[in-house]
Amino acid sequence: MKRFVYINDDESSQELYCDNRISNRKYTVLNFLPKNLWEQFSRFMNQYFLLIACLQLWSLITPVNPASTWGPLIFIFAVSASKEAWDDYNRYLSDKKANEKHIWVVRQGIRKHIQAQDIHVGNIVWLRENDEVPCDLVLIGTSDTQGLCYVETAALDGETDLKTRVIPSACMGMDFELLHKIKGVIECPNPDKDIRRFDANLRLFPPFIDNDLCPLTIKNTLLQSCYLRNTEWACGVAVYTGNETKLGMSRGIPEPKLTAMDAMIDKLTGAIFVFQIVVVMVLGIAGNVWKDTEARKQWYVLYPIEGPWYELLVIPLRFELLCSIMIPISIKVSLDLVKSLYAKFIDWDSEMIDQDTGIPSHATNTAISEDLGQVEYILTDKTGTLTENRMIFRRCCISGIFYGNESGDALKDVKLLNAVAGSSPDVVRFLTVMAICNTVIPIKSKTGAILYKAQSQDEDALVNAAARLHMVYVNKNANILEIRFNGSVIQYEVLETLEFTSDRKRMSVVVKDCQNGKIVLLSKGADEAILPYAYAGQQTRALVEAVEQYAQLGLRTLCLAWRELKEDEYQEWSLMFKEASSTLVDREWRIAEVCQRLEHDFEVLGVTAIEDRLQDGVPETIETLRKAGINFWMLTGDKQNTAIQIALSCNFISPEPKGQLLLIDGKTEGEVCRSLERVLLTMRITSSEPKDVAFVVDGWALEIALKHYRKAFTELAILSRTAICCRVTPSQKAQLVELLKSCDYRTLAIGDGGNDVRMIQQADIGVGISGREGLQAARAADYSIGKFRFLKRLILVHGRYSYNRTAFLSQYSFYKSLVICFIQIFFSFISGVSGTSLFNSVSLMAYNVFYTSVPVLVSVLDKDLSEGTVMQHPQILVYCQAGRLLNPSTFAGWFGRSLFHAIVVFVITIHAYAFEKSEMEELSMVALSGCIWLQAFVVALETNS
Amino acid sequence: MTNTDRERHRERETAFYLFTQQRLPACKPVLTPAWVITIFLFTGFIFIPVGLVTLRASRSVVEIVERYDTECVPEPFRIDKVSYVQDDSIPKNCSLSLKVRKYMKAPIYIYYQLDNYYQNHRRYVKSRSDRQLLHGWKYHATSSCQPVEFNNNQPIVPCGLIAWSLFNDTFTFIRERAELKVNRKNIAWKSDRDHKFGKTVYPFNFQNGTLIGGGKLNPRIPLSDQEDLIVWMRTSALPSFRKLYGRIEEDLDADDVVVVHLMNNYNTYGFGGKKKLVLSTSSWLGGKNDFLGLACVFVGSSSVILAIVFMLLHLKSRR
Repeated sequence: MKRFVYINDDESSQELYCDNRISNRKYTVLNFLPKNLWEQFSRFMNQYFLLIACLQLWSLITPVNPASTWGPLIFIFAVSASKEAWDDYNRYLSDKKANEKHIWVVRQGIRKHIQAQDIHVGNIVWLRENDEVPCDLVLIGTSDTQGLCYVETAALDGETDLKTRVIPSACMGMDFELLHKIKGVIECPNPDKDIRRFDANLRLFPPFIDNDLCPLTIKNTLLQSCYLRNTEWACGVAVYTGNETKLGMSRGIPEPKLTAMDAMIDKLTGAIFVFQIVVVMVLGIAGNVWKDTEARKQWYVLYPIEGPWYELLVIPLRFELLCSIMIPISIKVSLDLVKSLYAKFIDWDSEMIDQDTGIPSHATNTAISEDLGQVEYILTDKTGTLTENRMIFRRCCISGIFYGNESGDALKDVKLLNAVAGSSPDVVRFLTVMAICNTVIPIKSKTGAILYKAQSQDEDALVNAAARLHMVYVNKNANILEIRFNGSVIQYEVLETLEFTSDRKRMSVVVKDCQNGKIVLLSKGADEAILPYAYAGQQTRALVEAVEQYAQLGLRTLCLAWRELKEDEYQEWSLMFKEASSTLVDREWRIAEVCQRLEHDFEVLGVTAIEDRLQDGVPETIETLRKAGINFWMLTGDKQNTAIQIALSCNFISPEPKGQLLLIDGKTEGEVCRSLERVLLTMRITSSEPKDVAFVVDGWALEIALKHYRKAFTELAILSRTAICCRVTPSQKAQLVELLKSCDYRTLAIGDGGNDVRMIQQADIGVGISGREGLQAARAADYSIGKFRFLKRLILVHGRYSYNRTAFLSQYSFYKSLVICFIQIFFSFISGVSGTSLFNSVSLMAYNVFYTSVPVLVSVLDKDLSEGTVMQHPQILVYCQAGRLLNPSTFAGWFGRSLFHAIVVFVITIHAYAFEKSEMEELSMVALSGCIWLQAFVVALETNS
Repeated sequence: MTNTDRERHRERETAFYLFTQQRLPACKPVLTPAWVITIFLFTGFIFIPVGLVTLRASRSVVEIVERYDTECVPEPFRIDKVSYVQDDSIPKNCSLSLKVRKYMKAPIYIYYQLDNYYQNHRRYVKSRSDRQLLHGWKYHATSSCQPVEFNNNQPIVPCGLIAWSLFNDTFTFIRERAELKVNRKNIAWKSDRDHKFGKTVYPFNFQNGTLIGGGKLNPRIPLSDQEDLIVWMRTSALPSFRKLYGRIEEDLDADDVVVVHLMNNYNTYGFGGKKKLVLSTSSWLGGKNDFLGLACVFVGSSSVILAIVFMLLHLKSRR
């Protein structure tokens, strides 16, 4: 359960924990062959082909040379094995590079240069600026006198801003010498993959100053693969090494996704297999009967009178081998090949390159392009997906006065500028909260301009807006903040930071004014997380009004508040907070509880409104895709009003007369149940009317609905083409995807942030927008695109073409194999049902591998309709959605076609030499060339362009 | 236009760029009714004449087919034909007389035809060794020849069921007391003679001992000159087949009577097969084969009919 790391102890932990050798490899040199073969043979198709190939080794029953199956089989295996081997070799090389990197480590009290792979748990590792962190470390010293350092965590979570890391208080003020000799123990949980949590304790051994338990959080760690920035040096104790680091643990191979089409092809393969067994049994019995009644009379065949025990099996097995080509070995290769081409087409598409950043679209998962054409539900995130996630401060309301309502930009509002110039106390306090109630790090560039590194776009917008209003956040030096306002410099000391969590929906800082020593609590957060905690007697009517008004305009609102704290109140609370911070169990919950004790009796200062603009082309894209019969659900963590406004402005829902919004709300089970039933009733009535009905549900009601009224909610989900779910958590997003998937809908989830990752992984197709919230979503996704509007092209052009092409290719593969197989079956009727193969091995192999598999590859460029036509008439997508090009009935069509073609070829063949004059090899060549010509003709006929 | 612009422009022109953007030029024929009707008519007008010409060529061939397997067994033996044909002590001569109905122009091909004889049976087809036929008994990997591989621990050349069951009826043709000259050379494929059957490979241990099937071979003639064997070894694809026996290089007039003296050695009685003798002339298209002509006429006329139907439909409901 727990791990005890003894700092700087060279012996104790060496055997207990693994060394720092990173290994991403799937195989080793020794186990490659068996493991890879085992993996490949876990697929049914491969088992089938292996069985056939093995049966062919028995010369008594094989109709053709075993090479005709072994050749392609070995080829296929070699191709996929060498692909795996190549990938694994590259992984090995990059591992080796990381493992052999030289790192400074303390050994026996002396700093040594060793390879990264020799780091052990408990070692002290020294890093310099811009070094990559080799394993998970607990920070114990930095060059900074305050014990701060900065890291870039892009490789871990995709966020490009710098994060502050701080040394634990117990190690504060140690110098070089001391750091070499430090001894102690870190009590930390066993390795896990949560990169946002590290609940541990540190205890230093005497003679070190502090013998107390010192709590450690994620803020005290340097995680593997992060980079040290803006800090001269740092050192830390290795706590997790090798593959046991947070990054190593979170690495995992995602489960391969199977497209609807693959499932259908598997089903059809199964049907063909059953058909094959039936044919084999019928022919096998017929063959044995014929053998016993006729063949024994044919003296020239010289059948032995007494056969071996397996004699009855010989003829059926021969037919099994003869019919084995019914399931074409080439289909897997062809499909893999064309699928990777579809993916390449997406990568190459110059119309899907994000012009702003120059990032092209990318298909990470190359196997599921067809599914894009069969999407029925799109679940989309709002912020950053539909909107640009470029926050701009637009309006504010300070103590009941609205700014920016006329011009639409508060920064240009003369009233506000005058108030700032006049140092109106309310406005100054408001601006102070804007400027310092955050986790932003100001960085002075060489030119003197100040850049802000912010974790959230909202904070960035607020700090920048405050700077424009002359409240400039200048510098952060450890705990001392410097603010310049109208020429004077004000300093604050940060005492505590109460961080933002999605449950609390607010963040606060406790600061001490260095001039007068007053302690103040500054808070900002969602309206429902601030307004209820205003001090008794404050008039919040104007604020509520402001929040509503702004939300109607589609703006994001934040309430700002503050409260003066008394010295002893703070001291008392501070102790509780420390205690909560050092708990190992349920730390997050305990902290939230303690925070609650401080965050009340606010004086609410005002409301800010931040605009998040819609991305280009979002309304058009949604309209087009909606026409294509795709249903949209919006899942957002934002407020209901804001969500509805955004939904209106991007054509998601229609305004009143045409559309209708149904609300599901309620705080208790009963309320939710009633409103759910009401909505369901309305939905059933209006389902026949041409009216856009959408329902809106918030996270709370959704939780209850999913828990207790799943059936009713599922019915609602099926009836409704549009839904808005606001204030939902990441896991609820994933639950909704799961719900739609359970109703057999093809779902596509699109999002841009870390909170969308679960839904993206859950959905049939995950699309990530490589936007401003980092690359986390784009990495987890099957497709990453730069802008929401590319979705239209991704689905209508790439998805649709892929579906059409694969539908043709897969059925054609079966068709061409069936033709030749039927001819073999017909021939067996005139060759005494003995299982003679009309075709020789070379012909069969050439037919399957060369003559028919190569020409059909032109279909990857086939377009039934031009891109323009499809975009103009997106309704055509319904053919793909309903799977009308590949289903049992179309397959039956191809089956009939192959039967007919086989009959024609066979009849012509046996009569071409006037029946009696036919000679085996002549006949086989005529039949083969007949088949080849017919195949070519079919390909030409079925190709649309 | 800067350099990079020009480069980019040039890149846009390349075929690979067009390929990556899926914009390679393509033609997309639109199947209008007029086009469809024209294509069908065109097909019809090509196929009908071709078919008629083929049919005419096939009809010009004269063929005489005479079944002899029952008649050539003397009356007393007809109850048990198998023991008759297997009994070496009974002479197997037999004569037939064929009446020529129509003038037959030389060369007249002589075929023997076997019915209900499965040369395409899997056991049979596989039972040969092409390498041995070419290289002789020095070639040892002849397991495919089973069960006719060894006799008295000596390899058999040529081995296998096919060679072992060689057809051994012989025919001589007499017209008005004079023997018709039958050319028995060049009846096998030249490529077979030159490349598939060894010039230095002589029959060895063939039809010896317990395993006696069909005809014997002269052990002093190399396989490449044993043309009957070469013809026989080209296995037929269907259970009724004809194989070339020789050529008569004289014309036969109408109402000529040809007497055939034959040795009825080959056993088809065990499995109820028929034996027939065929005399046939040839046209520029080969032997008699009505099928090709009929098929062409059928395809041609059905496409003309389809064209007419389409035309009527199109005229009726023009859009």
